[in-house]
Amino acid sequence: MTILVIAEHDNKVLAPATLNTVAAAAKIGGDIHVLVAGQGAGAVAEAAAKIAGVAKVLVADNAAYAHQLPENVAPLMAELGAGYSHILAAATSNGKNILPRVAAQLDVDQISEIISVESADTFKRPIYAGNAIATVQSNAAIKVITVRATGFDPVAAEGGSAAVEAVAAAHNAGTSSFVGEELAKSDRPELTAAKIVVSGGRGMQNGDNFKHLYALADKLGAAVGASRAAVDAGFVPNDMQVGQTGKIVAPQLYIAVGISGAIQHLAGMKDSKVIVAINKDEEAPIFQVADYGLVADLFEAIPEMATLA
Amino acid sequence: MKMLVAVKRVVDYNVKVRVKADNSGVDLANVKMSMNPFCEIAVEEAVRLKEKGVATEIVVVSIGPSTAQEQLRTALALGADRAILVESAEDLTSLAVAKLLKAVVDKEQPQLVILGKQAIDSDNNQTGQMLAALSGYGQGTFASKVEISGDSVAVTREVDGGAQTVSLKLPAIVTTDLRLNEPRYASLPNIMKAKKKPLDVLTADALGVSTASTNKTVKVEAPAARSAGIKVKSVAELVEKLKNEAKVI
Repeated sequence: MTILVIAEHDNKVLAPATLNTVAAAAKIGGDIHVLVAGQGAGAVAEAAAKIAGVAKVLVADNAAYAHQLPENVAPLMAELGAGYSHILAAATSNGKNILPRVAAQLDVDQISEIISVESADTFKRPIYAGNAIATVQSNAAIKVITVRATGFDPVAAEGGSAAVEAVAAAHNAGTSSFVGEELAKSDRPELTAAKIVVSGGRGMQNGDNFKHLYALADKLGAAVGASRAAVDAGFVPNDMQVGQTGKIVAPQLYIAVGISGAIQHLAGMKDSKVIVAINKDEEAPIFQVADYGLVADLFEAIPEMATLA
Repeated sequence: MKMLVAVKRVVDYNVKVRVKADNSGVDLANVKMSMNPFCEIAVEEAVRLKEKGVATEIVVVSIGPSTAQEQLRTALALGADRAILVESAEDLTSLAVAKLLKAVVDKEQPQLVILGKQAIDSDNNQTGQMLAALSGYGQGTFASKVEISGDSVAVTREVDGGAQTVSLKLPAIVTTDLRLNEPRYASLPNIMKAKKKPLDVLTADALGVSTASTNKTVKVEAPAARSAGIKVKSVAELVEKLKNEAKVI
């Protein structure tokens, strides 16, 4: 049994979610190979070769793979993946975009966003926004799976010394092209990898008020997230959204500020180790999942907390 | 140009679902069913493209039980021109649905297919991508903006770090994210008119598609419940507890 893990990267840096995906592969058991598809991604391949437990790194270097366009990388993954028992990718926006295309090309059903490995063919995954957990068994010759990072503790980034091998396969479907991207720049930790997350909801009232959360987050070394209500109201950009359809986070500490606690939001953070809720409405459902609740005006509580923390 | 929109009948997003006692699935008896919210956004986008004069005909399709005709009628009331139901009582996987949609695409030859990015019941987020693979079309998933010009479509996509824009040759597949548009409500006259719009019912057999699956759901459980903790009285007490009790800061 050999497992192919798709590396998540931007041609420069290997994303931490790859380490959680390798951890899921290690639970399945067998040799682990990592595929780095990109352009000029030598540093990523080197980083992948150092991951504990990885036996081989395959590098497909081609201009057509530079932006992870699924029309081009999915045929590559389906071709290479044909010799493997499992193909795993992180359930990031790239993984979700590409892997179903790979599964369809291999004519197998995909298993999305697994949170645990029961055996080599059986996995658990949340459905209905996390209100139910399904155990799914696959009899596909090649099991195509996306992995929810919060379900698996990352393996060590160092300690391995895998062989790096170039792959010649070139696929360029010619049906799509990259136009541009607008990526948020931030010195704060990445939302899905942060140990502490401070999130704001509709109670923040406007985007400017998020400065209070940024101040607290910087004091705690935390990332800043938001509820769908705050994103829909235009307070902050969509890449900050935590929830069923946004990012799934499970930090050591999650501080929900001015967030009522819609099911949709809880689906994205209820696996956090410690949850703090600060809300002036003591009936807010968020208090039902919070380890520590504080009924208070956030505009007084947050600056005070930043001073005391 | 002709557009195809795929919609799914799912449990209404306001319903808190319960797992059945025998762990065979989720209890959907006497539960309100609706059009999947992402599919509503897909219908709205197609209707807007028609209002702009870009789309000439909107065909809406659903794969599901006969009761999914309700959701198709809703789509017709919102502005779709005709509907197709591929009737199937079984719980189909995304790949099976994608194969059935591919057969409909082959028949209808739309220039653009719009789907929701995921259904809020299975949370798979697979069907659009699989349909794109089977059709050999380009895909613009998690779309927050769709602009058609000539024989291509520019799709701005919501990605982990922000936004990405890709250009796809038509025909192409688009899946919708939350902020693509705000769906309208159907007006009463339009609901009445929708009753007279054509709705064809087909079967998987008639389309010559096998819906066999490699996945089997073994059991469905309720998630581990998280119990409510304590209320603290002040910020000072909160910070003290986080430092000394929970030891997380």
